[in-house]
Order: sequence, then structure tokens, then C-alpha cells
Amino acid sequence: MKFQSKALLLASVSAVFVVGCASLPGSADLDKLTADIVKASFRDEGIVKVAVLDTDETNRVCSAADVAGKPLDSATAKAIEAANLKSIKWPSDGKFLGDWKEGEKLAQSGRGLTWTDDAKTPNGANCYNCHQLDKKEISFGTIGPSLYNYGKLRGVTDPGSPEAKAMLEYTWGKVWNSKAYNACSNMPRAGHMGILNEGQIRHIVALLLDPQSPVNQ
Amino acid sequence: MNRQLASALTMAACMVFGFAHAQKTSVQSIEEYRAMLQDGNPAELFEAKGEDLWKQQRGPKKTSLERCDLGKGPGVFKGVFLELPRYFADTNRVQDMESRLLTCMEVLQGFNAAEIAKTPFGKGEQNTITALATWLAGESKDGKFNLPQQHPQEKAFYEVGKRLFFQRAGPHDFSCASCHGQDNTRIRLQDLPNLTKNPGDGIGFAAWPAYRVSNGQMWGMQQRLNDCYRQQRFPYPGFGSDATIALGTYLGVNSKGAASIAPAIKR
Repeated sequence: MKFQSKALLLASVSAVFVVGCASLPGSADLDKLTADIVKASFRDEGIVKVAVLDTDETNRVCSAADVAGKPLDSATAKAIEAANLKSIKWPSDGKFLGDWKEGEKLAQSGRGLTWTDDAKTPNGANCYNCHQLDKKEISFGTIGPSLYNYGKLRGVTDPGSPEAKAMLEYTWGKVWNSKAYNACSNMPRAGHMGILNEGQIRHIVALLLDPQSPVNQ
Repeated sequence: MNRQLASALTMAACMVFGFAHAQKTSVQSIEEYRAMLQDGNPAELFEAKGEDLWKQQRGPKKTSLERCDLGKGPGVFKGVFLELPRYFADTNRVQDMESRLLTCMEVLQGFNAAEIAKTPFGKGEQNTITALATWLAGESKDGKFNLPQQHPQEKAFYEVGKRLFFQRAGPHDFSCASCHGQDNTRIRLQDLPNLTKNPGDGIGFAAWPAYRVSNGQMWGMQQRLNDCYRQQRFPYPGFGSDATIALGTYLGVNSKGAASIAPAIKR
């Protein structure tokens, strides 16, 4: 931290208290103080730039709701979901399914995009960190629901059939931009934020919906 | 304001009568491993080094840290760990253990604080701070956390820390709460404490500094938070920066009444 920015910050901390006297400053002042502190505290490191903190409306609204301890009202949630849904890029060639074996490799990896990774580190999909998928993999997280038998439970026996189309689209959309279906989902927006590309998302969709995939055994 | 105060009081009351979670089966083997290692936690070596560094005449001024004020007056080292971060009038800011030690090293011993803050963890005088923090944590072992929240800046830092805890950003939209906002969840097989409330004795804030068996390193709270931010895909938080101190204040106040096991041993 530069001395100058530190001095400025100290001034802004003090200013908040002059206004608020001995009592706690108001919520807007605390938001401002937080923003000033963030600005003075973080720096670029490796491939990670401070610009990644300039986040979008979805994150801003969801963070504020978390701080308040209240879920979003349904109108706000719907608006956020609609905006995220609109941003989804559907497969350019109309093909939703890739290779589940590649999908499994991606699902296993939690690498990429930290300041100790380099730009060449292939991004993982992070799936097993939070979800159960292949039953043989016992090291899985529980922040998200189990996805074991994901396709089977949803009645997808032939992903090429017209009956399966809706589930293919939903699965693609959920992986591309989870917030299209749940405004403040904990799940990253893999396609929307550029964590995974179109081809990689095809592999993840195959892992979830291909009847041959270990997820559906 | 009154409502805020009331809810803060309710929260504090909840924390006093907080939960002490039973150990879970998924980490039982790790817990056993830890228990086995407790007999000889390598953190003891850092504690011994820290105590020595406290008394040694060091730095350009060739002075010891024995007049360092960590919140309970110059030279008092018992119990200070349980009340940090707190407000310090001489620096006019809220400081945690490590940033306060850095202030003492600068003021009493004449070290260049900015240089040390820029030094990577595990190198040079950063090792001094880690050893000192480890020893000081040990001097408060088994005591219960009770961070002061009287000064307006302490209250504000709690509120800022809460906002930082829930700040979603970066390519993955992660906040601290993505992993530490619910009960009974894990990443892979690693159990995650819910840090929005008192997670229990020796869990979360009450377990650092800790010796990490997996990489053979002694980590203070600053490094613990730094690595959380790394995994969160956030940019680099400065050593002793206000963001890390505010976050520490939020975690520490939430841990009110929790017994400290620091220096702990981790996988």
C-alpha cells in the first residue's frame, strides 16, 4: 500500500466518525468505507488484476442481500435471472454433447485463475469441489447438490431425442450461467465469465447427460 | 441504528450460548492424525523462537520488544491474543496481532515496516512476525476470545469485515461465504466451518496460527486469509491491510467465547 493512499484512507475512516460522532456510521457510509478499504488493500499479483473486483450488478445485489441477511425480493431475483438468461451463448453448431471422458477430467480439476497459476494453466471446472458426480469418486464436496444419476433421474435416455431437448438446454444454460436460474446461486458462471469455453461445456453436459457417462450408471 | 444494535446484541448473546459441534466422520482420521501429532506439534519450535525474538535486542535501534503494547499495556503478552484485532490510539487504527507486531518492530526497533510488509510470507523478517505471533498465541492458549467492540472504529471494522465476507467478485463470483456461510458442508473431503457465527472452540479463527503438516509451514492468520483470497481468485491483499484486519475483526468477534487452541496443527 502506498503511503499516500494509506493517509487518504485514514482520512476517510476519520471522516466517517466525525459525521457519525460516537455512534456507528450508517449503512451507506459503511459501504463507502468498505469500498475505500478494498481499493487500498488489494493489488495485482501474477495473472490476477484488481479489476476482477469491479464486479457486475448480479454480484453487487446478491452481496448486499447476504450482508442484510435477507433473500432478494422475487421481482429483483427475476430481473437478475432474466438478464443472465439473456447472456447465455447457445452452442454455435446446435450440438450440446461432447465427450464425457473429457468432462470427467475437467470436473476433477479445480485449477486456474489464481495468482499462483499462469495464463497457460488450463482452467478446471471445479465440479467435484462442491458436487458428487461419478459414484466411484468418494472425494466430493457438498456445497452443491449431488449430481449422481443427474441424467437418469431426469429421464434422459436418448440425448438426441426431442424429449431430451429441454433438459439439454437447461443443463447447458445452468453450466454457462447458473444465475439465469437462481439469481444468487453459489455456483460460478463457467461460460459467462470465460472459465470454460463452448467445447469444454459440451464435455461437462455430456458428463451429466450421456447415458454412457459414469454419472448415469 | 437501534435495530442494528439490538440485532448485534442478540447475535452476541447467541454467540455466548454458541454451538460446540461434534467432530464429523469425514475428517475423523485427520483428527486422529492431529491428535497424534499434538504431542509434538512443530509449532513449539516457532513458539520458542518467538519468545527468544521478543527478548532479543534487534533492529537498527538494538532494542527488544519487551515494551511493545499489544493492547493491554507495554510488555503485557498474556491474554492479548484473545482481544485482537482492536483499536490502538497511537496509530489511530484497528490492528491485528501481526500488523501490531510490525508497528512495534518499526517504532521500538527501527525496522522498515513497509519493507517487511512487502516481504513474501516465509522470508526474512516475515518469519520473525510469524514466530512472535505463534508464541503470543501460545501465551493465551485455552483462553476464550473476547474482542473489544467499544471503539467506533472497532464497530466499523466489524461491519466492514462483514461486507468483505459477503463480497462476491472475481471470475468465479466467490465470496468468503461461498464456502463458509453454511453449516456442515465440505470442499472435496475438507470440512468447512460456518464463519458467520461462532463455529466452536478451536475452529476457524480460534485455530490460527497453525503448523501445516502438508507443506511443513507455520502460518499466521494473515497468511491464512491471504491464501483464502488466492483460492477465491481475488487479487492480493496487502500484508496487514485494512481489508485483512476488518475481516479478522468480523471472524474474531463472531468467535466470541470460543476457546483458542492456537498454535494449532493442521493437515
